Amino acid sequence: MQRAGRGDPRASAPCRFASVGIQAVTVYLPIAELSVNIFIILGMGAAVGFLSGMFGVGGGFLITPLLIFYNIPPVVAVATGANQVVASSISGAITHFRRGTLDMKLGSVLLVGGLAGATAGVFVFSWLRRLGQLDLFISVLYVVLLGSIGTLMLLESVRALRRAKNNEPLPVKRPGQHNWVHRLPLKMRFKKSKIYLSAIPIVGLGFGIGVLTSIMGVGGGFIMVPAMIYLLRIPTNVVVGTSLFQIIFVTAYTTMVQAATNYSVDIVLASILMVAGVIGAQYGVRVGQKLRGEQLRALLALLVLAVGIRLAIGLIVTPDDIYSVAVGGLSY
Amino acid sequence: MRRLLSTFALLAALASPVMAQVPFGQASATKEGLEIGASTSEIAITSDFRGADLTIFGALTNADELFLAIGQYDVVVTLEGPKDYATVRKKERVLGIWMNTESMTFEQVPESYSIASTRQIDMIDEAPSLNNIGVGITHMPLNPVGYIPNSGSITEFRDAYRRLKLSSGIYQRDTSGVRFVSSSSSLFRASLKLPANIPDGMHMVRAYLFKGGDLIFQREMPLRVVKTGLEQAITDAAHDRPLFYGAFCVLIAVITGWGASLIFRKD
Repeated sequence: MQRAGRGDPRASAPCRFASVGIQAVTVYLPIAELSVNIFIILGMGAAVGFLSGMFGVGGGFLITPLLIFYNIPPVVAVATGANQVVASSISGAITHFRRGTLDMKLGSVLLVGGLAGATAGVFVFSWLRRLGQLDLFISVLYVVLLGSIGTLMLLESVRALRRAKNNEPLPVKRPGQHNWVHRLPLKMRFKKSKIYLSAIPIVGLGFGIGVLTSIMGVGGGFIMVPAMIYLLRIPTNVVVGTSLFQIIFVTAYTTMVQAATNYSVDIVLASILMVAGVIGAQYGVRVGQKLRGEQLRALLALLVLAVGIRLAIGLIVTPDDIYSVAVGGLSY
Repeated sequence: MRRLLSTFALLAALASPVMAQVPFGQASATKEGLEIGASTSEIAITSDFRGADLTIFGALTNADELFLAIGQYDVVVTLEGPKDYATVRKKERVLGIWMNTESMTFEQVPESYSIASTRQIDMIDEAPSLNNIGVGITHMPLNPVGYIPNSGSITEFRDAYRRLKLSSGIYQRDTSGVRFVSSSSSLFRASLKLPANIPDGMHMVRAYLFKGGDLIFQREMPLRVVKTGLEQAITDAAHDRPLFYGAFCVLIAVITGWGASLIFRKD
């Protein structure tokens, strides 16, 4: 072997290079059952990780549509997205736990609802899959959620930017104000959050987020955080840590249930996304600290809207083929 | 080894007396047959599998030299993947959005199919008898499951199924994939294309011998397609021990997230 290599280096060198090149570029995803370019997946993971670090979001609502755009079957994209959110939420939750900005009791009540919601969501998911309406449902849900949240965030941040420009004072918050949520029964005392609140809206919120986790592959922080602040009036300092606590357990649970019922968690895809994601997030955090809050929110709003619009176009544009075929497995 | 055996079979065939006075071979004492063999009985798919050609060697036994010389023998070789139900769905615009509205499920159709023949199979035999045999992409049985109220749509869905399978490359055909070694030889070689996305499991190689447009002999041979190495282990784990697999996925996520927070810790 050695002699042959030394004798004719020109013949063997390009050949070896070619084979190395092929192995490094494509990677076979055993559950999605297709070969993908590893650099595209790494890039996706790093980009979403960067954005999630910058904006302080989990990134599930970006990674799942991106995977679908890259022809990963939506079934796999959703389940793998949930798995990826586990990794991206953990480091944040650890930080909040260390700082003591995590209300375990509140998180546990949320979690009760979240686990129930995720279970219900997986049933709905499997049922829609049998009906052949899963892909449509996922897309419509994303368009509705991303569209409405993106619009709300954009309006809010534009208003904030305008206020900052005109040096107007922030609107005065009235902390003592109560709404209908605070008249519900089954009240519980949450010492760390310093609130006395009914368990019903908390479990209900957790349930809704759990359903979204299993159907959309998102952590749901982008809905849960505003809902906790504006609807439940939970103090802002514990909101992010507590929502991350709930997200970790609900996404971990969803990963397990999806793996058990739909066999749709791709460990290879998830691992690549996670590694690239957590590294990207570190750089995102640093960039995020240099930008101002309103600008950051406006950027995130534009990004959310862009993903939503891209998905909406996919629903409206005439497909290349109006027929599709599904054989056993995961191709539908 | 198989090739060697089939060569012996060929020699035996050539040695047998040719009955030129019986033009249609009906009275022939020994009927024509077919021997096939592949270089492998198992195909391993690695992570960089991008499709391959499978060569099947074969020989006609007791072939009539005259018929052979004028090209009256035709050989068709197919590779059928594991069978499963297949659902074809049709999209329609509803309120401006494209959604699946109609669907049809076909019972037990091969997930993958590759056919090689000496010439276009529709030139070998009549469509009804090919439908009967079920050989060829356009002739394989596609029976819908359940009651179909609008029987006119069956053709539409069948056509869509065949077109989609062909365009995805999982159904392949090669109308000159089977070649006799020479014009008077009864030894042939069939090249079947294996698509990159070939499903794993038990496949079946079937060889059909046609004489003057009639099927006279059929033979089959199993061929196992396996995913090798890590891919196979992952697929097995995901399907056989799903809870353990799911827990392992979560564990990897926890390690990755925790590890990152340790590595990038600022203090």
